[in-house]
Amino acid sequence: MSTFSKLTPEQFQQIGAEFDAIRNRVRADLGERDATYIRTLIKRQRQLEIGGRIMLMIPPAWPLGVAALGVSKILDNMEIGHNVMHGQYDFMGDAALNSQKFDWDSADTAKNWKLTHNYEHHTYTNVLNKDHDIGYGLLRMSEEQKWEPRFLANVPLTVILHTFFQHFVAVQNLKVEDVLIYKTKTKAQLKEDFKPVWQKMRKQLAKDYVFFPLLGGPMAPFVFVGNVAANLMRNVWACAVIFNGHFPEEVEQFPESVIENETRGQWYVRQLLGSANFSGGKLMHIMSGNLSFQIEHHLFPDLPAHRYAEISPEVRAICEKFGLPYNTGSFMRQTLSTWKRIVKLSFPSRTPAVRPLVTVDAVNDAAPAYKLAA
Amino acid sequence: MPQLTTNRFADRALDLVHSALNSRLAAALTYPHGVDRYVEQFAPTFALREVRAEVIATRHQTADSVTLTLRPNRNWQGFAAGQYVRLTVEINGVRRTRCYSPANSVHAKDGLIELTVKAHGDGFVSKHLKLDLRVGTTVFLSQAEGQFALPEQRPDRILLISGGSGITPVMSMLRTLCDEGHKGKITFLHYSNAASDQIYLDELAMINAQFLNVELLRAYNEDQSGELQGLFSREQLIKAVPDYADAQAFLCGPPGMMKVVQKVWADEGLSDQLHLEHFTAAPVVIDSANAEGEVRFIRSERLAKNSGATLLDQAEAAGLKPESGCRMGICKACTCIKTAGKVRDTRTGEISDAGEAEIQICVSVPVGTVTLDI
Ligand SMILES: Cc1cc2nc3c(=O)[nH]c(=O)nc-3n(C[C@H](O)[C@H](O)[C@H](O)COP(=O)(O)OP(=O)(O)OC[C@H]3O[C@@H](n4cnc5c(N)ncnc54)[C@H](O)[C@@H]3O)c2cc1C
Ligand code: FES
Repeated sequence: MSTFSKLTPEQFQQIGAEFDAIRNRVRADLGERDATYIRTLIKRQRQLEIGGRIMLMIPPAWPLGVAALGVSKILDNMEIGHNVMHGQYDFMGDAALNSQKFDWDSADTAKNWKLTHNYEHHTYTNVLNKDHDIGYGLLRMSEEQKWEPRFLANVPLTVILHTFFQHFVAVQNLKVEDVLIYKTKTKAQLKEDFKPVWQKMRKQLAKDYVFFPLLGGPMAPFVFVGNVAANLMRNVWACAVIFNGHFPEEVEQFPESVIENETRGQWYVRQLLGSANFSGGKLMHIMSGNLSFQIEHHLFPDLPAHRYAEISPEVRAICEKFGLPYNTGSFMRQTLSTWKRIVKLSFPSRTPAVRPLVTVDAVNDAAPAYKLAA
Repeated sequence: MPQLTTNRFADRALDLVHSALNSRLAAALTYPHGVDRYVEQFAPTFALREVRAEVIATRHQTADSVTLTLRPNRNWQGFAAGQYVRLTVEINGVRRTRCYSPANSVHAKDGLIELTVKAHGDGFVSKHLKLDLRVGTTVFLSQAEGQFALPEQRPDRILLISGGSGITPVMSMLRTLCDEGHKGKITFLHYSNAASDQIYLDELAMINAQFLNVELLRAYNEDQSGELQGLFSREQLIKAVPDYADAQAFLCGPPGMMKVVQKVWADEGLSDQLHLEHFTAAPVVIDSANAEGEVRFIRSERLAKNSGATLLDQAEAAGLKPESGCRMGICKACTCIKTAGKVRDTRTGEISDAGEAEIQICVSVPVGTVTLDI
């Protein structure tokens, strides 16, 4: 039975207050340390990128070049791009680090990302039909998702998703499955929606697969293949990290009813139950954009991610106090668990799962900041 | 002259580098971050368009002032004597912007900018500039702005009136006119508390000795060492500058002093001969008791209860960082689009209509619910 239904309204309120207190304390403390952290990281990313692109043109250094460029793309997308676009560094007032202006080295447009990720995924985390990250319209990732024959391909499709992750993410907001499978969206609408996406994709493709190879002159094939490899490295890693954050078996998914009159405390608890961490050293945390602290990230998406490690003991303590699970394990364990779920859900569920989830009466509490009434 | 040829050669080389970096190829290779985001890692003052400058010297003329010498990058387009720039510095990881009037001559051959800043007791930015700004720091500048400037056609008779730190724009005018070999009579009338806290004291004495058409009149409130004594008054003016009605007068000083001077000119119908620069505005009266409605920041999807403060203050209180500069309705840095709702102008008390309009949020207080595109 979900922990969700065991808590009283008072407990939800208390949980909300305790998490808010952490958030407010960290926000008040933001400053030089955070600025230096992100700037240093950007400097490293730029050095790796420039170094990597040069090494791709020098055959003996080619493997190193792939590694450097791959790592630089991972840093660009995860610890820098993803976090900056969450507004974690907006407090600095630096246009180059502003969530509204930042764009990343990925086929996905910043605008679409902020819609599907910051808004849909972070607001409706693990709510079926609302959080498109549950399977990206491609996979069956939850018992509650009705089985269809196409889900027999869950495993190969997951491999494909990992391989072309940046492009899947780029078209995520187009909801292609609504056109192809559910027929709730017209081809014309799809074409219209694809225009801005193509604008961005085109430039990304031109950079990695036309201009840099051309710059390499006779080394063009090396540069081309190197860029394919670096992009692949980033795709697979980013996808794996994200899957580990929400799909290990113990992580919960929720029916739509849960968000009606949801209080801030309930929102926090849903974020907590819907996310999973994985353990690792400092390098692992940086390379995963601190999504190894997926739980902390979902509780506090706009706090600088390098702070998650510091606040995680406090989050754990709150979980213990209220008997809430704090889902964590090694990267391997979470990956295996995720793949087990993917395999299992390829097939129809034997017992239709009826979630024993009860929405608790609304406690008079503030709604999440970005739930602005239209 | 070999020196000159090398310089010219270096300049040509720099021009070439700049146009290469400004090319479409460079933009394509650095997409989506842009050239600046890479080059700045190695040359912090580089930018393709933005004005940045390096602090190359700090000088402490008096106990509560600091004079900064800045070397702007090549995007700086120069200024008219009397204009100001918006200077942005980073303090504890957060960028802050304030206006300062360059005090140097517009003809200075070295291309440097000189700012003199008075450190106010509780002044956030001015105290930082005085106490903590290090030589070598990169700062950010706007292009020169403002209507307070020597007219292209230099007037014959010029009267420059200043108080305290308000000396800076008129100092620029004086130095510029001297460099031009201006023939007409110039009176430099300056008020400060004591000779010991007057900036540009030595240089003014030198100019006075060197240029026969320049008359220096210093009035100190606390000592007798000036040509005049005490505060500005009509009687004093008539005695010291009997032909003031023939002059184009340029005035900058503390609000109290400016008011008295303005009244003298207004009473005699001479207001259009008096040109003004305000460093500070009258304080905004906040009426929180009667504040109604809410402020909606649509782009960032935030919502706040109207506190009765200026929209700039309310946006910042909501955790946003809209651009700002003077915070008193002068520089227009904070201009943004109000999509709906009425606002009151804190300077005039005027209430806007409810339609879409560009407003300066530092001098706008919401009247009921207001929606901003921030
Ligand atoms: C067009 C323009 C040109 C300017 N040029 C110069 C210049 O050349 N040199 C210079 O020193 N300043 C100049 N200023 C003033 C400057 O922009 C800042 O307002 C000033 O440095 C104080 O900023 P702060 O962050 O230290 O003070 P804040 O932290 O913003 O304010 C702290 C306190 O200081 C008071 N305060 C702020 N400014 C003044 C002031 N000018 N006089 C008295 N009290 C004040 C405020 O009322 C407040 O109580 C100019 C302002 C404008 C609008
Ligand atoms: S901040 Fe200068 S006009 Fe508003």
